[in-house]
Parts: sequence; C-alpha cells; structure tokens
Amino acid sequence: MSTAVHEREIPGVDSVRRFFAYAGGLSLLLIDSCRYLFTLRFRFSEVMHQVYFLGVQSWPIIILTSLFTGMVISLEAAAQAVAYGFATFIGGTVASGEVRELGPMLTGIVFAGRAGAAVTAQLGSMVVTEQVEALQSMGVSPAKVLVAPRLLACIITVPMLTVFADIVGVLGGLYMAEWQVHLSATIYWRSVQQMVVMDDFYKGMFKAAVFGLIVALVSCFEGLRARGGAEGVGKVTTSAVVTAIILIFAFNFVLSFLFF
Amino acid sequence: MIRLDENGHVDKPAQPPADDIAISLQCVEMRYGQKIVLSDCSIECKRGEITCVIGLSGAGKSSILRVINGLRRVHRGHVFINGNETTRMNERDMNEIRKKMGFAFQYSALFDSLTVGENVAYPLYEHTTLGRDEIRARVDQTLEALGLEGVDKKMPGEMSGGMQKRVGFARAVVNDPEIILFDEPTTGLDPIMTHVITDTIKGMQTKLKATCVVVSHDMPSVYAIADNIAMLFEGTIIEYGPVGRIKSSKNPIVQQFLEGSEVGPIPI
Repeated sequence: MSTAVHEREIPGVDSVRRFFAYAGGLSLLLIDSCRYLFTLRFRFSEVMHQVYFLGVQSWPIIILTSLFTGMVISLEAAAQAVAYGFATFIGGTVASGEVRELGPMLTGIVFAGRAGAAVTAQLGSMVVTEQVEALQSMGVSPAKVLVAPRLLACIITVPMLTVFADIVGVLGGLYMAEWQVHLSATIYWRSVQQMVVMDDFYKGMFKAAVFGLIVALVSCFEGLRARGGAEGVGKVTTSAVVTAIILIFAFNFVLSFLFF
Repeated sequence: MIRLDENGHVDKPAQPPADDIAISLQCVEMRYGQKIVLSDCSIECKRGEITCVIGLSGAGKSSILRVINGLRRVHRGHVFINGNETTRMNERDMNEIRKKMGFAFQYSALFDSLTVGENVAYPLYEHTTLGRDEIRARVDQTLEALGLEGVDKKMPGEMSGGMQKRVGFARAVVNDPEIILFDEPTTGLDPIMTHVITDTIKGMQTKLKATCVVVSHDMPSVYAIADNIAMLFEGTIIEYGPVGRIKSSKNPIVQQFLEGSEVGPIPI
C-alpha cells in the first residue's frame, strides 16, 4: 500500500518538495554566510570592491529610473489634484510614495536586474570553470570568500542607492509639478515636510536593506548551483532575477503591512 | 557491527590501512544522481609514491580525485587519508585534511579575477600566518621552480594553456602539501609542453616527497612518472601494480587499452 502511494504521481508534491528544498538551501547559505560575517572572518577589501562593483556602478540606472518614476507620479497626481483642488498636496504625495514604497522597491528591482544578474553570472561562471571547486579543494568555503562579502555589500549598498533614488524621485516630481501645473517649489516642499516623517524614511531604509539581502542571497545561491556551460549560467541568471523580483514584491507587501 | 547503507546493502566494515598508505579507498561506490560512477572501487596509494589512474574517458577517473579530496562524498565504502577516515567527516574537519592537499585541475581552474601571483599565493593567504613579504618570496620561488619567472603580474587569460597548467601546479604545491592530485595534466598540450609538464610533476614529487595521484590517459607520460598504475574500467579498478606488471597484464581490457586497439572487450 505504502509502495503504491510512493510510486503514484501526487500532483503538486514535487513542486512543494522543490519549494522547501529551495527555501532550505537559501536558509543554509544565509546561516553559513552570517557565521563568517558575525565573526568578521571575511576580507573587508573584497566587500569594498563589491560595494563599488554592485553599488557605484548601479547608480546611474537607479537614478534614471527613480527620476522618471517621480516625474510620472507627479504628472498623474498633478492633473487629478488640480481637478479636485488638492494641488498643494502633490509634493507630499510624491515624496510619501517614494520614501515608503517606490524608492526602496524600484531600487531593489533595478538592483536585482543589474547587480543580481551580474553576481549570478559571475558565480555561475566560476562554478562551470571549476573555480569554486578549486576553492573547496583548498579547504576554503565559498560562503566565506564569495557569498559573505557580496551579502554585506548588498545590504550596505541598496539603502544607500535608495537615498539617492528618493531624492531624485522627489526632485523629478517637483520639476513636473512646476512645469505641468505651475506649482511653486515652496508649496511643494511644504507639502513634503508635512506629509513625510523621518519614521517613514527609516522604514524605507529597512525595506531596502531587506531587498539587498534578498538580491544577494538569491543571486549567490542560484550562481552556485549553476551546472553545465554557458546555457546553465544563462538559466540560473534568469531564474535569479525572476526569483529576486518576486521575493522583493512579496516582502514589500509583508513589510508595508507590518510597518504602515 | 554490520552497517547498512541507504539502500539496505551491507556496508563492509572499514579496514584501517597500513602506516605507509597515504590514501586508501575501500569498496567505494559513488553516484551522480542515479548514475553509478564508481562501483566497488578500491585502491591504496603508498606514501611518497606516484600512482597514476588510467582508463577510458568517462570511466570515473576524475571522480576518484574528487572523492579523495572530499569534493564528492561516497554512497558506500570507506575513504582514508593519512590514516583518517574521511568518509562521513564533517566539512570543517574535511577542510583541515584539504589544507594538506594540492589539487591541480584539468583546466587549471585559476581564479580569473586574480593575477597569477595572487592565484599562487591564495592558499598561503588563507591557511598560513606568513607575512606579505614571505608569501611573495614563496610565490616567486614556486613560480621559478616551474619555469614561470616574471609572470606573477599577468592575468590567467593572458597566458597559454601550458603556462596556465603550470600556474595551477604552482598553486597546488605552494604550501608544500603531503598529497597532490593531478587531473589530466597533459591533456590538450603539444608534445613539447607534455614533456615539460611530465618532468615538472616528477621533479615536484622528488622535491616535496609528496604522495601524488595522477589521472591521465596519456600513456607515455604515465610510464614516465608512475610508480604504480591503476586501470579503471566502468567505475572499478580492474588492475593495479607497478608499470611492468600493468604492461604485461593478461587482462584483455588492459591490453586493449594499452594497445589502443578497436578490437577487444571494450565497447566502442
């Protein structure tokens, strides 16, 4: 009887098993990496290198996306606000949306596409060219030299990028508000000051740090499980970006639900 | 005590090897997924000797090296390294064993983001407390011994395949390991470079007195360096002994392999 149950295909069981295997793999990698981070057994120079590679080089694309997002929110909000007589709230609406939701989330998503893909491709290439095995054969844990520095770099970098994204988004909104409905900068800034509190900013930064952690963890995990050659690296890179973006959306909802 | 493996097969009890045996694989079975790569595979490598593992492509030669290094764990059987059973050793303890091993990979596996000097220095940075100058001196000395003077600032991608192989050797031997594993050291090289690499392996072993396991199907090189040869066929060692014994083996599979003949028991 039990054999028959084992042999029969039970719909969804394999997906559930794979889900838990994936979640378990991510958790083990996180625990392993945190062991090195908390005991300071990692190269600080490597963290700085990754901050530059992942963070500084992602700066232009994040600034651009945030600028246009702030502008489009302002554009949409301005027309409605003027129609209903709430033009003085445009600044606050744009800033609140940026700081609480769009800034961290868009930064996380763009970061996943740019830096996450780079990390996965890099580690995936190292796996298929036996470089990761070479590390292991020397008695060096890949979690220590490859994952931990990238994890810390992403946790530092994404909140920093989010600060820039918030600022640029709000400035983009101001430009559109002035241009579209001739709203004065003074009224715009007064609205920002009234509607946005520092608590929102801190919560946004926390979200950004969580998104940085998600991108780093998923990217490294996917990269380290690459198999085959270029095709295998391509597959895990796509999978890493998609998974990271889905997790960012999911965690954004959970964190917003808890915070606001 | 009789131990059963995950499939309910009897796992034969481990026999601790003699003191002069550096590496001992006893009735090892190893699988990749459902595919059995090594089956009832046993081999003993004497301390300070060069053992060459020969066999067809896909016979499981490289897997033996990975089992010895602990990169792949066995499903049955026992593995002893320098008298320590590593079969079910945890990763932390295994890393201590690995620190005394060097592994020269088939395609060198050099870290492409590091210079040659940094690649060779890597094991020293990770496992020793040597200062920067001492590490540099040791790296220069090792590179010089392998005929690679003045290349420490180059990136691996700027070098030929033969030079990359030698850099891989330098990285494998820089911390004076007790065991050195070579995976297809001469594959894909021209005859002159093959000769250079063969001499290099022999020279390094003589100098370091290390136990070497060389996986190869390049028979002239194997004859030149081997103290013992093990013939692997379909995951099992079917012949083992000194060069003379292998050459005069009556086993038709060994004979066909050595002759490179299409006719014989080996399916093509």
